Amino acid sequence: MSNMRSLSFDAIIIGGGGAGLRAALELAKSGKKTAVLSKVFPTRSHTVSAQGGITCAIASADPNDDWRWHMYDTVKGGDYIADQDAAEYMCSEGPKAVFELEHMGLPFSRFDNGRIYQRPFGGQSKEFGAGGQAARTCAAADRTGHALLHTLYQNNLKNNTTFLNEWYAVDLVKNANDDVVGCIAMDIETGEVVHVKSKATVLATGGAGRIYASTTNALINTGDGIGMALRAGFPMQDMEMWQFHPTGIYGAGTLVTEGCRGEGGYLVNKDGERFMERYAPNAKDLAGRDVVARSMVMEILEGRGCGENGDHVFLKLDHLGEEVLGKRLPGIVELSKTFAHVDPAKEPIPVVPTCHYMMGGVPTNIHGQAIMQDADGNDKIINGLFACGEAACVSVHGANRLGGNSLLDLVVFGRAAGMYIEGALNEGIEYLDASESDIESAMKRMNRWNESTGGETVPELKRELQSIMQNSFGVFREEKNMVEGVKKLAELRERIANAHLPDKSNAFNTARVEALELDNLMEVAEATAISALERKESRGAHSRYDYPDRDDVNWLKHSLYFPADKKLGKRDVNFAPKTVDTFEPKVRTY
Amino acid sequence: MLQVSIYRYNPETDSAPYMQEFQVDTQGRDVMVLDVLHMVKEQDNGMAYRRSCREGVCGSDGMNMNGKNGLACITPLSEVVKDGKLTLRPLPGLPVIRDLVVDMGLFYKQYERIQPYLQNDTPAPAIERLQSPEDRDKLDGLYECILCACCSTSCPSFWWNPDKFVGPAGLLQSYRFLADSRDTATRDRLAELEDPFSVFRCRGIMNCVAVCPKGLNPTRAIGKIRDMLLANAT
Repeated sequence: MSNMRSLSFDAIIIGGGGAGLRAALELAKSGKKTAVLSKVFPTRSHTVSAQGGITCAIASADPNDDWRWHMYDTVKGGDYIADQDAAEYMCSEGPKAVFELEHMGLPFSRFDNGRIYQRPFGGQSKEFGAGGQAARTCAAADRTGHALLHTLYQNNLKNNTTFLNEWYAVDLVKNANDDVVGCIAMDIETGEVVHVKSKATVLATGGAGRIYASTTNALINTGDGIGMALRAGFPMQDMEMWQFHPTGIYGAGTLVTEGCRGEGGYLVNKDGERFMERYAPNAKDLAGRDVVARSMVMEILEGRGCGENGDHVFLKLDHLGEEVLGKRLPGIVELSKTFAHVDPAKEPIPVVPTCHYMMGGVPTNIHGQAIMQDADGNDKIINGLFACGEAACVSVHGANRLGGNSLLDLVVFGRAAGMYIEGALNEGIEYLDASESDIESAMKRMNRWNESTGGETVPELKRELQSIMQNSFGVFREEKNMVEGVKKLAELRERIANAHLPDKSNAFNTARVEALELDNLMEVAEATAISALERKESRGAHSRYDYPDRDDVNWLKHSLYFPADKKLGKRDVNFAPKTVDTFEPKVRTY
Repeated sequence: MLQVSIYRYNPETDSAPYMQEFQVDTQGRDVMVLDVLHMVKEQDNGMAYRRSCREGVCGSDGMNMNGKNGLACITPLSEVVKDGKLTLRPLPGLPVIRDLVVDMGLFYKQYERIQPYLQNDTPAPAIERLQSPEDRDKLDGLYECILCACCSTSCPSFWWNPDKFVGPAGLLQSYRFLADSRDTATRDRLAELEDPFSVFRCRGIMNCVAVCPKGLNPTRAIGKIRDMLLANAT
């Protein structure tokens, strides 16, 4: 491989979604030699699909709003395994990051006084839960992610960021000291494989919803960063925590924003009953997403589901009127017509809980530095490796993310990672170069696919993986089913290791990209499965029939999945915010 | 069975592009064109096309379907199939990299040319810049562009002068910033567009309006820029 071309950067950011672009912007402004490496043109990243908004206490809808209330909601929403120092940082720095976006040009919707429009979202409160529903989600109609992603891309153009668009990162390169010193990447257009050297490698690769058969996620959400980090031997945190969004369009899986319920829509069962009043008497349809999703599944299981097969419920919006729908939810009207063949101004939308968000990921501190554990179980920084956005687990979302907090997470921690890396580069970073054999080992799986001569094909193996995850690791979980699922995944791993890539051509070979993505889906699925099986309690999005209660004695902890021996360990949750009192765990009701 | 005819070209093995026929069993369902492509790819691993969000917001899968540009992921068969036949070609007017994948370089270059970012030479306040709902309304129908290139690659003026005519997508974005009450670079933006090609190559053919999958109206935006340029000149 000595003839492999290499490129050198101060920082390489893998992923061109909200987190990656925000980190890149910070570094581009600092004049560091930075590149964003993205497998799609950046505005095609999944951030573009975010609808309802970015939650942040900018005190527009309510001049007395307080970031501490937002922090309380976030910690409670995460069922108390969100790290409180991280939630504190996100909620207090948030307004600065949101105002920056506005200054960059993000076309937020507005109130009559000219300030940014904010709508109510699930799990939001005033006065630490005592003051009723808050309206804290800043919105650009129901296209906030699109507006945010395009704004960030535009500002990167303004600041001359280098883009490696339609490049695919294959694996991390580690040196002899196990520092991360770059990656192996493929230019999709030409098929050329390049060694990208970097002093800081940022995983901003987003989520991996495609491990499930039914997901709101884009087809590109295959957990590439998670796969790379696991193959490099690094642990993953809280991988059992997957959010099922209450309102995916039945059949299609496309998302219908929680903003629909924020604007006054509600869910009904086949009897037309607004059933959330029974499950969450106060917050009703704006309870935490895990709570609403479980309630929907209960309704369906108890025979009150809608439709011929009683397998979904309805989201009612027609009472809002065409004007509100046209002004505040125009994208939803479009999506409903296209994918549900329903005009929400006239009929309810059929919806079902659908895999939406990965709360887990690469454990990091608030600077985006990736973390592992040393032999004594203490946190240890991984030199050269960073993560931000959905790929990271910082953890501000704990066991359940609140709506509108993902976009805030992206910009706050993308920015934080950028700032930290700038400082570190200024102080000077020197790592040992990677050797030939270090590079060889990062090339292993690429070579494996390229040399494959027969075996099963990628689409059928992917379908099988998705069906295992859907059937054994969905909204409700139990031991027997999960043990079976873990076993099936182990068998599937063997088969994927022997699978076949028929098309070996170089120019824009999407089949090769999909094969490489399948390896990552496999890594994410197995980490999820083993973590879910071993966390023997119910907390947030992780809900077990066999362990129905939260167990704070044993599990007020992060889980930490170690890929080498496929074992699950634990890591302490941070309960030490710097400027506010700790929010002590309480029973979580809405 | 649906008969699908697809433009094929692999630069490594084909000296010229050709059309290839596929039979696809949709089991009578009115699926999206993108779903049909997934089924074709299972028959032929080498079929190349872009896709990402599969819900019409990322703009990856613009292509020409039975003669009209659109997004494969939000175009149901019932909308395009004629006589049981579907013909898929890459977006016209841009170089083909492989199969349905075109080189978008020229398209992006025109987008970058109009300086697609807010410019404001006053110091930023501690909070957001205020904007009235009425001023914000002026951005509706402009900011929603997803850069799919369906419009520019259906525009004969862009086919002829892709290097000099900004094209409908770029001009829509140019007007998005001209119309923004927070942007202070109007004069410079207009100066950049004054030549005979950048804006004035638009002949009002309105193919862009006919194909925009987001229902946007670049021709109207171009008309507004013309008005501003003319007002500026007098």
